[in-house]
Amino acid sequence: MAEDRAEGNRPGRLPGPETPGYRPNVPLERSIFRFIMKYSKRQQLVVLALTFISWPIIYLTLELPKAIIDQAIGAREGWARDVLGAEMEQITFLMVLSFGFLFFVILSGGVKYVLNVYAGRLGEQMLRRLRYMLYSRILRFPLPHFKKVSQGEIIPMITAEVEPVGGYIGTATSTPLYFGGLLLVYLGFIFAQDVYLGLAATALYPLQIYVIPKLQKRVIALGKDRVREVRGLADNIGESIAGIAEIHANDASVYERAGIARRLDRIYTIRYEIFRRKFAIKFLNSFMAQLTPFFFYAIGGYLVIAGDMTIGALTAVLAAYKDLSSPWKELLNYYQLQADIKVKYEAVIEQFDPPGLFDETLQLTDDAGPESMGRTLDVASLAYSEDGQSKSVDGASFSVDLDRHTAIVGSGSSGRDELALLLARLVKGTGGRVDLAGRHLDDLPEPFTGRKMSFAGPIPYLFSTDLRANLDYGLRHRPLRSPAGTDAGTAQRNRYIRDAHAAANIDADPVADWVDYDAAGVSDREALDRKCVDILRLVDLGDDLYRFGLHGTIDPEDRPELAEAMLKARAALRSRLDETQQSALVEPFDRARYNTNATLAENLLFGTPAGAAFDIDRLAEHPFVRQVIHEAGLADTLLEVGRQLTETMVEIFADLPPGHAFFDQFSFFGSEEMPEYQQLLARTAGQSPEEMREDDRFRLRSLPFKLIPARHRLGLLTEDIQAKALKAREIFAATLPDMLRGEVELFDPDRYNRAATLQDNILFGKVSYGEANAAGKLSALIGDVLDSLSLRDAVMAAGLAHSVGVGGARLSAAQRQKVNMARGLIKRPELFIVNEGISNLDGAAQRRVLDAVLGEMKGRGVIWSLHRPGFARNFDHIVVLKGGRAVEQGSFAELDKEGSALRELLETE
Amino acid sequence: MSLNEEVEILRNIPMFANIESSKLKLLAFTSERHTYSEGEFLFRQGDEGDSAYIIVDGEADVIIDTDDGPLTVAHFRKNALIGEIAILTDVPRTATVQATTRLDTMVVSKELFFRLVMEFPQIGVEIMRELAKRLEATNARIRELTAA
Repeated sequence: MAEDRAEGNRPGRLPGPETPGYRPNVPLERSIFRFIMKYSKRQQLVVLALTFISWPIIYLTLELPKAIIDQAIGAREGWARDVLGAEMEQITFLMVLSFGFLFFVILSGGVKYVLNVYAGRLGEQMLRRLRYMLYSRILRFPLPHFKKVSQGEIIPMITAEVEPVGGYIGTATSTPLYFGGLLLVYLGFIFAQDVYLGLAATALYPLQIYVIPKLQKRVIALGKDRVREVRGLADNIGESIAGIAEIHANDASVYERAGIARRLDRIYTIRYEIFRRKFAIKFLNSFMAQLTPFFFYAIGGYLVIAGDMTIGALTAVLAAYKDLSSPWKELLNYYQLQADIKVKYEAVIEQFDPPGLFDETLQLTDDAGPESMGRTLDVASLAYSEDGQSKSVDGASFSVDLDRHTAIVGSGSSGRDELALLLARLVKGTGGRVDLAGRHLDDLPEPFTGRKMSFAGPIPYLFSTDLRANLDYGLRHRPLRSPAGTDAGTAQRNRYIRDAHAAANIDADPVADWVDYDAAGVSDREALDRKCVDILRLVDLGDDLYRFGLHGTIDPEDRPELAEAMLKARAALRSRLDETQQSALVEPFDRARYNTNATLAENLLFGTPAGAAFDIDRLAEHPFVRQVIHEAGLADTLLEVGRQLTETMVEIFADLPPGHAFFDQFSFFGSEEMPEYQQLLARTAGQSPEEMREDDRFRLRSLPFKLIPARHRLGLLTEDIQAKALKAREIFAATLPDMLRGEVELFDPDRYNRAATLQDNILFGKVSYGEANAAGKLSALIGDVLDSLSLRDAVMAAGLAHSVGVGGARLSAAQRQKVNMARGLIKRPELFIVNEGISNLDGAAQRRVLDAVLGEMKGRGVIWSLHRPGFARNFDHIVVLKGGRAVEQGSFAELDKEGSALRELLETE
Repeated sequence: MSLNEEVEILRNIPMFANIESSKLKLLAFTSERHTYSEGEFLFRQGDEGDSAYIIVDGEADVIIDTDDGPLTVAHFRKNALIGEIAILTDVPRTATVQATTRLDTMVVSKELFFRLVMEFPQIGVEIMRELAKRLEATNARIRELTAA
């Protein structure tokens, strides 16, 4: 395929998918030791070298105190000592040794610090590498594999299960070596003292070495079970979340709880078993560790009494043995950790090696394949079987012209779904072949299939971002431009690249501009937005997009011309309202007037909260607002209004049953708070503000903030109070600290309000509560105004920033399908393969979208697996599928005859 | 206009005359105030009905679509209750109501209306009386028309 290398290298390309140190299709190492050795041999040597360096330093920090006491402090007679040829007084000698001690302590700490940091970083790098490799594997899994493993199982493998591996890798070679070396040194010392005692000290080692792994084996097996059970738990939880509606609809919550409880029980029993065994091993270990001193006392004591050994030698050996136990314990701990990590690693790795992985070179190559798809797509004896037995596609052969539109029709079990996936190369055939552009479809690189082809299935996935990013998803293949203001070439960016390479991660910058405008046939972002609007209109999503736009916000610094235009629309709407004598529909924001259709909070703030500080619902709580209220002389007034309001609410709502819908809809507090407020009224009756409890005052003062005179019509906010509120508004604006200035966008008739929606910017006021159908009338008027200013498209483009929610959940199923069709069209594919694609739309919309998509794809290839055979009339060519074979082919007129398979399908529709 | 004034208006309507004031306050507070300009429709025959209207100020015509075109069958003034049939029986609006002047109304939701009827039998009686009166008026009008 290298000979076909097309223009992959544009001028100024950013780093592409080639990653130093990462080899495509590299097999995963089955054992963690081979993984460590393969990817960190050099670093492990550095760790070892640092370990060796630390030994003499540690030795010196132990040795010097002895010298200080024995030689410097303990010496008595005739002082003057030769040190490196210089004579020294006792005090000087002491000082030299003491400072030497200090120096080596610091040095030893420093080496240890360097070693720990290095080992820690090495562990993190290896962990990052491992995670990246595992993730890359997921991108290579054959699609049917996802029918067998769930998200819930895979996610914890890459996140939690491999986490301890990193910590282990950093110390994998240094720990056994360090403590092993230490052990040998001490053993040598003991043996030098007395061979028999040496033998006695190590007599139980063979037993420990034999027994412990035996016991450990069962713990390891239990560890494996535990990993499996925890994965199962993750899977159960994931299923409960995915099926939450079914659980409630079928009163199955008890059943699900029982299932989880059983799972938790299994985990509990396994863990309990692990603990029991772990502590048993521990017990055995410490027992054996104490058994040896027993021999020393018994046998050594006997030898001393018998005169065969000095008491000094026995104490020395006992001291040495005490030193011996610590490295021995560390080694045993290391052994246990290593066994645990080994299990974890292997349990993860074996899940990432399903048969039929995609060829990674086809994904990571810059080879874009042949220049064009050619004229036909040829299917020869294509077969597909998911389980290796029953074939859903069974020897299908046909040919499709890539400048015409082909329909595939068949019953649900005809293999039509699988065929669409096979042609889009989302699954691989188990027999036969598909030829495209003179090549075997399976051999074509993904940069070819993924750019020249589009695919839209029946259940599209939308990424949890905005509409725009979902639509241009088909244009983001490689980073193309480094946008202004990014950190390209900076030290920060270089650090990023260096560390990415150290873990064999890709270094491409995800925040660079990846969008291939050429592929969409446009020159820049703005033109692409226009194209997105056109295409969304085409797939019947225009009205929704317009609504998203009106109810969305924009940043006026990004889109100054749109912000300016919205101010024009604001003025135009105002004059339109005046002309048609409908100005009563909106009460505009006026700095000098109280807005009776807005809450007291909004009136006071006289702006839109831009952050969390001035949340309208909790405005009364803000310290600065409280200060403003005091200054404006509103504090006691609001207290009184709050009391009256509470009285009214208690009077009106006291008789309603708790939980009545009116509480939510109308009351200022919920039914459960009713008794509290009744007590509050009783408590504060006749009290002056000073006498009230602080939180009573606060509660009463908070309530009126939600009052809207035009809506609630309680007559509580009198002219006088409104005047004071206006004063508070002035004080608020005038004394707002700089720190809080970014938290609110004040209403200004001549400025665009960044925190408010486009619609609110156009309205610049509150919709009147008293006017019947005000909202409907206004939305029609706004539509007229935007049309007259030719702004509708600009508003729709702003709607592209609408967030689609998790997995597109904020859109309906039909809207998601429409977006998916639009996504397929925007990259201008040579071939658009659709599997149903629009089945969730209503009947009329299906026909509209089908016609529009076919119109847009005129002269280019479409292969559409139809859920309604009747739609086949709109296609140039029809392939009728039955039992996985193409049984009829031809134009609709040719096939629509008595006794044909197509007629049969049409009749059952 | 404040809640207390609205309560006074409600009290002037015969069917609400004897109801304690906290209930009238609830009625007033939970209803919306809508103003219609002259010529505007409150609802049209055949619409889904989800609320009744009390005229606070202004006048409105009740119009029925017939084969011969729209026919004005009644005229409502201040204090009248309109549109209760649709919310009582769950049938579509039986007539069109159009404001003939600027019209100020209180809009009572179906849920609240039912609550009041359930709780205060005298409202139910008043409504029966009103409906009977309206039926009689309609019959008289039919007699008039057939005689003509």
